Amino acid sequence: MRLRTFKKGIHPPGNKERTASLPIEVLPLPQQVVLPLGQHLGAPSEPVVSVGAQVLTGQKIAEAKGMVSVPLHASISGRVVAIEPRPHACGQLTPAIVIENDGNERISSELVSNHNLDELSAEQIKDLIKQAGLVGMGGAAFPTHVKYSPPPGKQIEYVILNGAECEPYLTCDHRLMVERSSDLILGLLAFMKAAKAQKGFIGVEVNKPDAIANLKQAAAGLPIEVLPLQVKYPQGEEKMLIYAATGRVVPVGALPIETGVVVNNVATAAALGEYLRTGLPLVSRIITVTGQGIPNPKNVEVRLGTLIEDVINYCGGFKEPPGRIILGGPMTGPAQYRLDIPVMKGTSGILVQTRAEVEKPDHAPCIRCGRCVDVCPYNLLPNYLGDYAEHDKLGEAEKYGILDCRECGSCTYICPSRRPLIQLIKNAKSKIMASRKKG
Amino acid sequence: MEAGSLQIVINSIAILAFLGVVFGSGLAVASRKLKVESDPRIDEVEALLPGANCGGCGYPGCRGLAEAIVSGAAPVTACPVTKDYSSIAEVMGVEATSAAERMIAKVRCAGGKKEAQQRFIYLGVEDCSAAQNLGGGAKACAYGCLGLGNCAKVCPFEAITMSDNGLPIVDEEKCTGCGLCVKACPRHLITLWPVDKSVTVLCMNQDKGVEVRKVCKVGCIGCRICEKQCPTQAITVENNLARIDPQLCTECGICVTKCPMKTIKGEKKQEREVV
Repeated sequence: MRLRTFKKGIHPPGNKERTASLPIEVLPLPQQVVLPLGQHLGAPSEPVVSVGAQVLTGQKIAEAKGMVSVPLHASISGRVVAIEPRPHACGQLTPAIVIENDGNERISSELVSNHNLDELSAEQIKDLIKQAGLVGMGGAAFPTHVKYSPPPGKQIEYVILNGAECEPYLTCDHRLMVERSSDLILGLLAFMKAAKAQKGFIGVEVNKPDAIANLKQAAAGLPIEVLPLQVKYPQGEEKMLIYAATGRVVPVGALPIETGVVVNNVATAAALGEYLRTGLPLVSRIITVTGQGIPNPKNVEVRLGTLIEDVINYCGGFKEPPGRIILGGPMTGPAQYRLDIPVMKGTSGILVQTRAEVEKPDHAPCIRCGRCVDVCPYNLLPNYLGDYAEHDKLGEAEKYGILDCRECGSCTYICPSRRPLIQLIKNAKSKIMASRKKG
Repeated sequence: MEAGSLQIVINSIAILAFLGVVFGSGLAVASRKLKVESDPRIDEVEALLPGANCGGCGYPGCRGLAEAIVSGAAPVTACPVTKDYSSIAEVMGVEATSAAERMIAKVRCAGGKKEAQQRFIYLGVEDCSAAQNLGGGAKACAYGCLGLGNCAKVCPFEAITMSDNGLPIVDEEKCTGCGLCVKACPRHLITLWPVDKSVTVLCMNQDKGVEVRKVCKVGCIGCRICEKQCPTQAITVENNLARIDPQLCTECGICVTKCPMKTIKGEKKQEREVV
């Protein structure tokens, strides 16, 4: 049987061998956690504790502000020592709640454990999704409950879990599917009930045979299908995954709900499953720490707000002076220049490259080979978009669909002239959005 | 040649000649009847404008401004580039109002590669706004010049060049004050400044002095020495940053010598006159 996939795309080296078979380790609790109020897309949460307050693990410390927002919970027990601007992965200082560990790991007694899925209504589950502070844990950090509030008249038929993990280097979702499949399935069943969906899919690339076998076993007898997918980037992109699973094409500029589908990351489903089972909201996540610059690469479960310095030290520190530190995968993850930024809800990994791996790219002009056009999964013309973006022709760029680019990076990866297409496109997009805001 | 084929040639010529006369006279009539009166002064004014179509006036090119001047929508001094306002006024038959003071671009940052700290090595696109979008750019100072030359690229008069120190240098002779660089700078560091006033605070950092000292050797620390020393009260310190009012400044040069960070730069008027 031919494996399901999407059209176009690229085949970057996976580099997953070093961590793919390593069991998840739990990082010792850090001395301090820094929890930025804006860990998700949308409005930052609003603090409900003040400096000096004693907080317990799992206690709500910031409330959602508006519809597209989620609450934030203390990830360790201790004292709130500051609510002030702290370094954030976006490169700026943003408001954050800093908690100092009291070493007792006292868990909030208000947490309700062992929810029975059969007794919960769809509305109740939606509320629980929001109360758990769930966001898309693949990287985009979009508040999950918003996806389950479709506009009137729209029906959700399928819930698809994204276990493709198409980003090179990352193996945290792989390990999660192997080790925590029961939470994952429980979460998916809850999502399906919240959406009143008939069927659930879990899409997994075939380079994770153990995960596929494990999930198939866990999902036996349930209306859940485990889909082996071809190994290709960006297989885990929302629209690509929907096409691979259902053959439906999300219209340009539309949300997946138009096709009756909601996509979530496997880690998000597992977090919901854990919340329903133990009552503990989203206070920790699994990340992959890897790259040539790391002596002991690992898959570790860390509390949110742990500084990446602590995580890197746990993995043996730097082998040599690092060349580049990337938060997330190498295709879409932002590079970082400091180590006092925290692990957030959307952080899927820490990738450290050596100086030898990082070279000054020689940006040459476009030679019109058309390879970027061949690989662009959104059927755009990155060569023209790059040119228009470079010369500030924003109107032309918009006509050529620059706003439909999801910045997967395939064009930049394939370009023989090494043109920085994605940076040019991102810059032009932000200019267009800024001029729209202005009116 | 056969007689028949000659006849074909003659017929063709005759038909074409007839058609030519018909359409020609039609066009002649049309050009008289449907003529659009355009003001000849538009052409005259356009000839007096620089013709660089820089857009600094806010109209679409020099022709657009000429039309606006003739229709009365723009004053005769609307062009920021030309100095020949009296000729345009003459064409328009109005009194040449006193021409606006000539302004040039002033880059208000002195922290180049030597003076200012960098947070990381930037390998991306050579474009200031792209760098700004990437975690705020490599420069440790969140207000300073990113040094990738968007202002130099956008200048239609080639008046801005990037120095080896990574800062733009404005050629006072070539700069026409069109203001395109002011719009191009993502950090809003460029202001239009009267050409005959040279004393300026070359910093836009509004952080506290301690923070400024950490990132730059020549940043304004808001110490207020200049404010206290200025004999004409031309300097005010607001949000930890000194600002000079060019209208009040007499270029006495006291602030330039007293500034502990050497942020205020400019020549004394007397010295310049000697030169």
